[in-house]
Amino acid sequence: MASVQVFLEVLIVGLLSGVMYSLVALGFVLIYKASSVFNFAQGAMVFFAALTFVGFIELGAPFWLSLALTVGTMILLGMATEKFVLRPLVNQHEITLLMATIGLTFVIEGLAQLVWGVDVRRIDLGIKDVPIDWVADNTGMLISQLDLFAALIAGTLVAVLAVLFSRTKVGRALRAVADDHAAALSVGIPLQRIWGIVWAVAGVVALVAGMLWGARSGVQFALVFVALKALPVLIIGGFTSIPGVIVAGLIVGAAEKLAEFYVGPMVGGGTETWFPYVLAILFLLVRPEGLFGEKIIRRV
Amino acid sequence: MLYREAGQFRTSYADDARIFPLALDKYFFVAMLAFAFIVIPNVASQYWLTALLIPWLIFSLVALGQNILTGYAGQLSLGSAGFMAVGAFACYNFMLRIEGMPFLVAIVLSGLSAAGVGILFGLPSLRIRGLYLAVATLASQFFIVWTLDKFGWFKNYDPSGVITAQPIVILGYTFNTAAEKYVVVLGVVSVLALAAKNMVRSNVGRSWMAVRDMDVAAEVIGFRLMYTKLLAFAISSFYCGIAGALFAFAYLGTVEPSAFSIDMSFRILFMIIIGGVASILGSFLGAGFILLLPIFLSLLFHLVFGTSVDQSVLSALELIVFGVLIIVFLIVEPHGLARLWQITKERLRLWPFPH
Repeated sequence: MASVQVFLEVLIVGLLSGVMYSLVALGFVLIYKASSVFNFAQGAMVFFAALTFVGFIELGAPFWLSLALTVGTMILLGMATEKFVLRPLVNQHEITLLMATIGLTFVIEGLAQLVWGVDVRRIDLGIKDVPIDWVADNTGMLISQLDLFAALIAGTLVAVLAVLFSRTKVGRALRAVADDHAAALSVGIPLQRIWGIVWAVAGVVALVAGMLWGARSGVQFALVFVALKALPVLIIGGFTSIPGVIVAGLIVGAAEKLAEFYVGPMVGGGTETWFPYVLAILFLLVRPEGLFGEKIIRRV
Repeated sequence: MLYREAGQFRTSYADDARIFPLALDKYFFVAMLAFAFIVIPNVASQYWLTALLIPWLIFSLVALGQNILTGYAGQLSLGSAGFMAVGAFACYNFMLRIEGMPFLVAIVLSGLSAAGVGILFGLPSLRIRGLYLAVATLASQFFIVWTLDKFGWFKNYDPSGVITAQPIVILGYTFNTAAEKYVVVLGVVSVLALAAKNMVRSNVGRSWMAVRDMDVAAEVIGFRLMYTKLLAFAISSFYCGIAGALFAFAYLGTVEPSAFSIDMSFRILFMIIIGGVASILGSFLGAGFILLLPIFLSLLFHLVFGTSVDQSVLSALELIVFGVLIIVFLIVEPHGLARLWQITKERLRLWPFPH
């Protein structure tokens, strides 16, 4: 019985940490859907957003004001990226665009450290990273409050985005752009403004991910590397599917925790650094387009 | 240019297929090589050799490997540093475990080991392409470094994690000083660069470029996709592996997994972007540029801000300048420094006449 309980506990912890991956991957998908840009800088944006938020708090701004200021900053950053990096590169090969966003990663990382320094900071969201008493008493499993809170936030965020996409005018325009750039442009949708909006939204998503992650492990440079784990999530989920990345994030989170728990001790631990990637490769061999991705058909 | 091609006609296919169609180009190149082999080791200071020339040559070699895979064969890879690590550790273990293993043989064997690993991690390229492949190659980067770190056998159960590399001995002569190591590195790099140049000019290179430009079309006209792609992975990893071995033995003097981080993989990728994608010369130019940039920037910042500046501010500024340069290069000159050099050459060819 105990082993089932342990399994469940590891599974739930994994699922909840997978929510964090989903959040970062969500930012990737938003941008990829709308502009076919694989935004490698999403991880750096997460780092930048969290650092900016903490920075404002440390300057003495209250919580909500800091949040508002950071949202403003992220929107500015997103718009600026669209204008100065992507607009000159329109119609380039997608690998060129990827490389440009790798360059952007360096700029954002440098900027964040230049403005806010390199120290590890703490974010206090008012939610403690401690096990929930009620669950611990009744089932004996240790589930962190913070993880549950993160899951709730992620759920809300996805719901809000879903409404935004399906019910608003901007959302319709977004979907049109995602479907076919040229056609969207020809019916009068302002392509570049839509791209600006998408980058801004991705910035806000990055902020949410950064705050939750920062509350868990402190705001530090390592966030950038943790964010790389969103890449296998994308592969498994498919580059263009929002439900896909949510499911894939959960799969990756659970699988890596289970692997670390059951296989890790046999090989000396630390499997978490590579397990998601290998999982993604195995997945690719079976389903190259991801769980919910569009089937890729290539013609000569 | 100081010279013109007037009077030098290509009258046969053999003439047309030469590396240096112009006699003066050839003489110039031979003179440069002689200068690099004979004059530099005798006059260059310790600092120049150890901090600039040796790493430059080694990174040029990796950039060549990356350029073969990414530039010529069109397979985006973010795992070059991982293959370098394979080479470094393979070389260490061959030297350690086989009595009397000659250094040059060990180097070649380590290249072959890296090639084997490269083929293994190149297998996904048969089913996926582009961005998906880039992520898959990240797996090789993390997995290789983790494996080398976790399994003590590779490190000969050394508890410190930092192993001293064996001395470089070729034909009974020990290459100890910086100048001697430089000559070894230069020799290896020259041979491999020539091989790379000839590969990309021949049918192998053309098959890579066909696959890069449109793989379905290449398959239709009769290129074997699997063979071509895996060959690119193997040869690219071979170059990376040899460079990794040289990096550990001739530059660092130690063998450690942490030297081959994901950061290094990115830097190698930038070398070929800035130097010039699908260009042999570009690999050398890009490696030099990326290596010199931090040195140049810190000199510049010290000049501008004085010596009182915090080191962390400098490294942050360096990151920003680095990123901006990459973006600017992609926007302004996607073909990199090699292309700029070509344009300059074209201009000089006519200079001082307008047409």
